[in-house]
Amino acid sequence: METQIVKFYQTGSFAVGNRLLDESQRSVQATMQRRNSLNSGHRACQGCGEALGARYALDAAMQATNNQLIATNATGCLEVFSTPYPETSWQIPWIHSLFGNAAAVATGVAAAMRVKGRHEVRVIAQGGDGGTTDIGFGCLSGMFERNDDVLYICYDNEGYMNTGVQRSSATPPAARTATTPPLGPEPGNVFGQGKFVPAIAMAHNIPYVATASVAYLRDLEAKVHKAMGIRGARYLHVFVPCPLGWGAASDDTIRLARLVVETGLFPLFEAEHGEIIGRYHIRRRVQVEEYLRLQRRYAHLFGHKPAVDTIARIQAMADRNIRKYGLLGEEA
Amino acid sequence: MEKPFAITLDVGSSLANKTGSWRTTRPVYVDRLPPCNNQCPAGENVQAWLYHAEEGRYEEAWRKIMEENPFPAVMGRVCYHTCETACNRGTLDEAVGINGVERFLGDQAIKYDWKVAPGAPTGKHVLVVGAGPAGLACAYHLVRFGHAVTVVEAAPKAGGMLRYGIPKYRMPREKLNAEIQRIVDMGVVIRLNTRIEDLAAELAAGAFDATFVAAGAPRGRLVDIPVAGPLPVLDAVRILRQLELDEPVALRGRVVIYGGGNTAFDVARSAVRLGAIEALVVYRRTREKMPAHRSEIKEALEEGVTLRCLSTITAVGSSSITVEKMELDARGFPQPTGELETLQANSLVLALGQDTEIAFLGRLPGLEAPKGLVAVDRTMATGSPGTFAGGDMVPADRNATVAIGHGKKAARAIDAHLRGETLGRQSKHEIATADKMNTWYYADAPRAIRPILEAVRRTSGFAEVVGDYDEGTALYEARRCMSCGNCFECDNCYGVCPDNAVIKLGPGKRFQFNYDYCKGCGVCIAECPCGAITKVAETI
Repeated sequence: METQIVKFYQTGSFAVGNRLLDESQRSVQATMQRRNSLNSGHRACQGCGEALGARYALDAAMQATNNQLIATNATGCLEVFSTPYPETSWQIPWIHSLFGNAAAVATGVAAAMRVKGRHEVRVIAQGGDGGTTDIGFGCLSGMFERNDDVLYICYDNEGYMNTGVQRSSATPPAARTATTPPLGPEPGNVFGQGKFVPAIAMAHNIPYVATASVAYLRDLEAKVHKAMGIRGARYLHVFVPCPLGWGAASDDTIRLARLVVETGLFPLFEAEHGEIIGRYHIRRRVQVEEYLRLQRRYAHLFGHKPAVDTIARIQAMADRNIRKYGLLGEEA
Repeated sequence: MEKPFAITLDVGSSLANKTGSWRTTRPVYVDRLPPCNNQCPAGENVQAWLYHAEEGRYEEAWRKIMEENPFPAVMGRVCYHTCETACNRGTLDEAVGINGVERFLGDQAIKYDWKVAPGAPTGKHVLVVGAGPAGLACAYHLVRFGHAVTVVEAAPKAGGMLRYGIPKYRMPREKLNAEIQRIVDMGVVIRLNTRIEDLAAELAAGAFDATFVAAGAPRGRLVDIPVAGPLPVLDAVRILRQLELDEPVALRGRVVIYGGGNTAFDVARSAVRLGAIEALVVYRRTREKMPAHRSEIKEALEEGVTLRCLSTITAVGSSSITVEKMELDARGFPQPTGELETLQANSLVLALGQDTEIAFLGRLPGLEAPKGLVAVDRTMATGSPGTFAGGDMVPADRNATVAIGHGKKAARAIDAHLRGETLGRQSKHEIATADKMNTWYYADAPRAIRPILEAVRRTSGFAEVVGDYDEGTALYEARRCMSCGNCFECDNCYGVCPDNAVIKLGPGKRFQFNYDYCKGCGVCIAECPCGAITKVAETI
């Protein structure tokens, strides 16, 4: 009998699980044995994308390392909502030190494991975009250039949400934050500032860099698995919507994480040694307006007189990404 | 134990923090009614049997159909599958080929001789008049309830219009016979060639505890047309019956069929197969208004049947007919124009509808039948206690699926009646409309096309026209079902909950919310592909 690829249209080709698939082929999140590395009772807001992203990533990493994993954590939402003294939501070995040194602490943990001969124990450093792209950036770059054996995961929610929604260098143009109010000739965050850390990580020529979104679980898990199979410095940048900071409905978290990818605003790709080796092809392309309208941080673009020019500039960013990263498949 | 400097408390788990108290709305699992199920005149639970079929568990799928309808192989051929028109998948790419999968399952059952067991005997005995789809469906369900059933049928074979009204190229007899035999094997007694002249007298004999009457509408409707010549004017119902009995029929040369229903096309297509030079369907109104099913018209045209719409037949000559052209008036009704035309014809077939023959019900006390149609209530009960009716003889759409639905409903009502109860009203779930679903999660997949016999080969015989799905195609189609409104265990809610507040209970057991920790964010509701979760306000 010939073999053929079978698609599961009812059981959901894109859903978390699929009852027609063999257990071994299912996503980690679909299994009853998943670790729940970040347990219930944490104090993240309703619909928190970061809490979801952290569980997705760490559960996959725990499975990939046979539960031999230590995580360090930068200061930020994730740290604050998971560990109010004396409670913890972590069901894995976990350490928090300072806002800016998660990468350096991880380097130290990895060194200690090496000294102790515990080669099977792997290390993950994690933080929000503030602790990664701004405050912890020096330590992160150092960890990259030394090629330390750490996977750094950044959960990007595009601002300092825990302290009251201030701008970070990952905040997108035109977005309203507490420090970029929708006032003046160019309301919200200005265009032409900020940085895209995955590209900077690639510039370090480290073994593995990837981006992911909480709306694409299978893709995210595959990237974590791949990263844990590699030694040396690795970087995963996960897009995690923030209902509170973005002024979005709590049930729109996954939808936003999907739309940001389908518009082209956030490209999903993976790179090895500074070269892009794979990208996600947009499945149902949408205009940026559909993504922006769901968020009050962009409400000033859709007042009585819509800011057509600004929306067009954001659309141009999406279109540029699509060209630059080749996000349209052959069919699209 | 000594604690480190400045540490005074033991390490605790965040499980102590019951975040469920934050909630203002709660998610609740629901089963919504899929539009296909809602649409099915026979009340089939289409989504449920496709669920089994897509796992390749065909026998279970078939048994699910058999809970509602004893004729899957027949349905997969003659049902006009309005379920597919209602299918939500139609808004995405194309409707699921439900009818083709049903046929596949029906044929599998015949191939492997799957059976249904009768219920434990109750000692009650029910008389069913008429062995058509309504009567046989009723008998089948009654036997499953454990009642003894005797069916009386005037014709030499059982099947009613399925046999005497639908030609072989649409309904192969071996499939029909197999499904009827299965009902007989369950213990139903069918007395053929038996016509009841007076039902009241039959019941007075006291052998039966209840009756279901489904004698159909066997009489072709006639119309007054001035006849000026010897052109044969035939009755469509009779012709189809003669075809079944292998009697000679006068469908030669140029055959004109008057009427626009399925029966008209059945005769026209049969005429083509019998070698008629021309089969012309004449219809008063426009083609769009024709009551015949679209696919029936399409297949007929492919086979060479011709149409003449907006025309009435005003006179019959010796080898011709006279037609008058009609025009639609401002309200869209056809009006005569006075323009006449003479057409050559060797025979004229009237297919203008069918009437009931209810003289045998005349002496039943309380039974009402205005305009020849037996009045029934929602449980199919007539005005005469203990007598129920269904199929073509009651006011409703006239097709096999509706009749089978009547038979089932009547069987349930009769069962309740025999236990001294009245059939309660079943509340329907809310309909799973497309706006309640998240179709992102379904891959695009256009429907499979059923093989169609080539027109040339069709017109030279009575072979079945519409082909079968093979197993691969049937499985593919089953897997296109989106399971609207009913959990299919895709694990999405379990996966997307940021608070791990969804408990997976294991295969076949679905999920449960852990309201201790559910914060009510609603992500599970938004991301449920099939709309099986709803939001309920908390009372705070």
